[in-house]
Amino acid sequence: MTVAQQTPPAEMPKPAPAPQRTNGRWAGFNHLLKARMLELKREPEVVFWVFGFPILLALGLGIAFRNKPADVTSIAIVQSPGADDALAMIQHSSRSSTIRAQILDRDAALLGLRLGKFDMVVVPDGKGGFEYRYDPARPESVLSHAEVDDVLQAAGGRKDPVATTTVTSSEPGSRYIDFLVPGLLGMNLMNSGMWGVGFSLVDMRQRKLLKRFVGTPMRRSDFLLAVMSSRILLMIVEVGLLLAFGVLFFHMRVLGSFATIALWGAIGSLSFGGLGLLTASRAQKIESVSGLINLIMMPMWIFSGVFFSYERFPAVLHPFIKLLPLTALNDALRATINEGATLASQTGRLAVLLVWGGVSFILALKWFRWT
Amino acid sequence: MAPAIECRDLRKTYEGKVEAVRGLNLAIETGECFGLLGPNGAGKTTTIEILEGLSQPTSGEVTILGQSWKTHDRELREQLGISLQETRLSEKLSVRETIELFASFYEHPRSSDEVLEKLQLTEKADSWVGKLSGGQRQRLAVATALVGNPKILFLDEPTTGLDPQSRRQLWEIIRAFQRAGGTVLLTTHYMDEAERLCDRLAIVDHGQIIAEGSPSDLIDRLGGHHVVEFSVTEKVNGHSVDHWRALPGVEGVRDDDGVCSLTVREPHLTIPALLEAVGQRGGELLHLTTRQASLEDVFVNLTGRHLREE
Repeated sequence: MTVAQQTPPAEMPKPAPAPQRTNGRWAGFNHLLKARMLELKREPEVVFWVFGFPILLALGLGIAFRNKPADVTSIAIVQSPGADDALAMIQHSSRSSTIRAQILDRDAALLGLRLGKFDMVVVPDGKGGFEYRYDPARPESVLSHAEVDDVLQAAGGRKDPVATTTVTSSEPGSRYIDFLVPGLLGMNLMNSGMWGVGFSLVDMRQRKLLKRFVGTPMRRSDFLLAVMSSRILLMIVEVGLLLAFGVLFFHMRVLGSFATIALWGAIGSLSFGGLGLLTASRAQKIESVSGLINLIMMPMWIFSGVFFSYERFPAVLHPFIKLLPLTALNDALRATINEGATLASQTGRLAVLLVWGGVSFILALKWFRWT
Repeated sequence: MAPAIECRDLRKTYEGKVEAVRGLNLAIETGECFGLLGPNGAGKTTTIEILEGLSQPTSGEVTILGQSWKTHDRELREQLGISLQETRLSEKLSVRETIELFASFYEHPRSSDEVLEKLQLTEKADSWVGKLSGGQRQRLAVATALVGNPKILFLDEPTTGLDPQSRRQLWEIIRAFQRAGGTVLLTTHYMDEAERLCDRLAIVDHGQIIAEGSPSDLIDRLGGHHVVEFSVTEKVNGHSVDHWRALPGVEGVRDDDGVCSLTVREPHLTIPALLEAVGQRGGELLHLTTRQASLEDVFVNLTGRHLREE
C-alpha cells in the first residue's frame, strides 16, 4: 500500500508490523482440537464419567448377575420320629451341597416357611412317608419341592427307567456380562455424544465464547469438525477401555473384527454427536439443554436394550424400538462383538443410525446460533 | 481516505418492539481512539456488536475500512481485534494456550511471546485461566484481540469491574496500540476513562447520539469549566433556581434533590456573590464545593440523569 496516512500526524513512523509467522489452512482446526482434548483431560469429572463410570457399572452388574452355581435351597424338617432319617437321606445324597436342611419344631418350621426363610417344609408322617408344604407361587419353593422329592425318592430306592447323563454349560458369549458390555458401550457413546457435544456447545454459547470465536476469522466448519473429531478420538479410548476390561476381567470373547467395532463406534459417535448438535442449536442456557438431553436419552435408556433385552416389551412395540438410534447401535455392537457379524449384514441398523445422524446434522447446521 | 469505521442511520429493533438503536451515525478516522459513552442500556453494546459484524442491523449501513460485512466478512475479521463484554474463556486452558488458540485463527498473527510481554502476562503464561485475577483476565481478553495483529480494536466495557491499578494498566495498553497506528472503538460508562483515553467520543442515550466531540469540546459546550455545588437551609431553598442563575458568571443551574449545581466560568466571582445572596435571605450554607466540570456534568446537563443511574 502506498496510500499516505493522513491521520494521525506523522510524528512517529508507523512500525512496520512485519508478520512473524503465517498460519496454514488447518492451524485453526488443529488448535481447536488440541484445546478440546486438553480441556477434557483436565476435567477430572469428565474423565470419571466417560471412562471410570462405565467400567464400574460393568464391574458391579457383572458381579451381581454373574452365572453362579444353582442356588442353595433351604428347608426345614418338622421334629418327629422320621425326621432324623429324612435328614440323613438328604445329607448322604449326591446333592447334599445344594440342600440345606435342619430339624425344627412344627411351629418354628411353618413360621419360617411363611417368612420365606425356608423354601419348603418336610413333615414326616412317622410311617416312612413325607408330607411336603411349599408355596407353588414362589419359583424357589417349586424348585426346592422337586429337588427334595427327587432326593428322597432316590434315597428311598427308586429305580430310574431311563439312563441319562448331564453336561453343564456356562460359555462366554451367552452370559449376562456378554449382553451387558455392548449395551454399556452403546449407552456410553450416546451419553458422551449428547453431553460432550450438546452440553459443551451451549456452555460455550452461554459463556459468549462462541460469539468471541466467530468474531475472529475462524472457519465455523473447522470448529464443528474439531468438535466431531474429538468425539471420534474419545470414542476409540472409551470403546477400547471397556472392551479390554470385559476381556481381561470377565474373559469376554470378541468375535467381530476390531475394525468393524471401531467403525460402528465412529458411526454411533457421529450420529449422537449430530443429535447433540441439534439439541444445542438454539438453547441459550445450560439448564434448558440439560433437560432436553435427558428427555431425549430417557426413552432410549429404557427401550433400547442397555441393561435388559427389549424383547421383554410387547412385540407390537418392537418395530418402533428398533427405529431408535441407540437400539440400532446396541444391536449392531452385540451382533458384532458376540456373533462376529459384518457391517454388510446389518444395513438396516446402519441406515437407522445414518438417517438419525444425517437429519440431525442438517437441521442443526440450519438452526445453529453462534451468538 | 475512507474512515476506519463508518455507519449511517443504524437501527436495531429486537423482536419488533424494543428499539435498541435508533438512527445512529458515526465516522471514526484511522488512528483515532473513539468512545461510546452512555449509561447501561443506552444501546452501546448493540451498536458495537453491529459494527463488529456479530449482529445484523435492522436497517442502516456499516462500512469498516471501506468494506462491507456482507461482501468481505473474512477479510475484515483478519483486520479486527475484538473484546466482548464478559467473555468467559476456558478456565482449564493456560494463558499461553488460549493466546495460541486465537492466534491460530489468523493468517498472520503476532508472536504469542510478544503479546504476553506487552500485556504483562509473561509470568502467568502457564497458569490456567481459571486462576487469573479480574485484571489479568481482562488483559488476556485484550491479548486475544491483539494477537491477530489488528488494525482496529473494538473494546466493549474493557475496564468494568476492575480495580484502579488494573484499569490504568489497560489504558496504557490501549494507548500503546493507538500510538502504533491502530484505531480503537470502545464503550464505557466511566467518564474518567472516556476523558483520558478518547480523542473523540459520542454520548449515547436511548439508542441515539446526543452529543459528539472531543472531551474538552463537550465540556466547553457547558459554558463553564467549573462546577459549584452547594446546599442551603430550608428557608432559602424555597427560592427558585432563577435566583441562582442571576448570580455573576453562572452559565447553568441544576437542582438535584436539594443540592444545587452551578456551572460557572469564574468561580472567584460567583462564590462571594453566592455567599452574600444566601446571607441576605437569612439562610445558611450547609455545604459548598467546587470542582472541574466533567463529562458527567455534560451528560447530566443533556439528559437530566446521572450516568450510573439505573
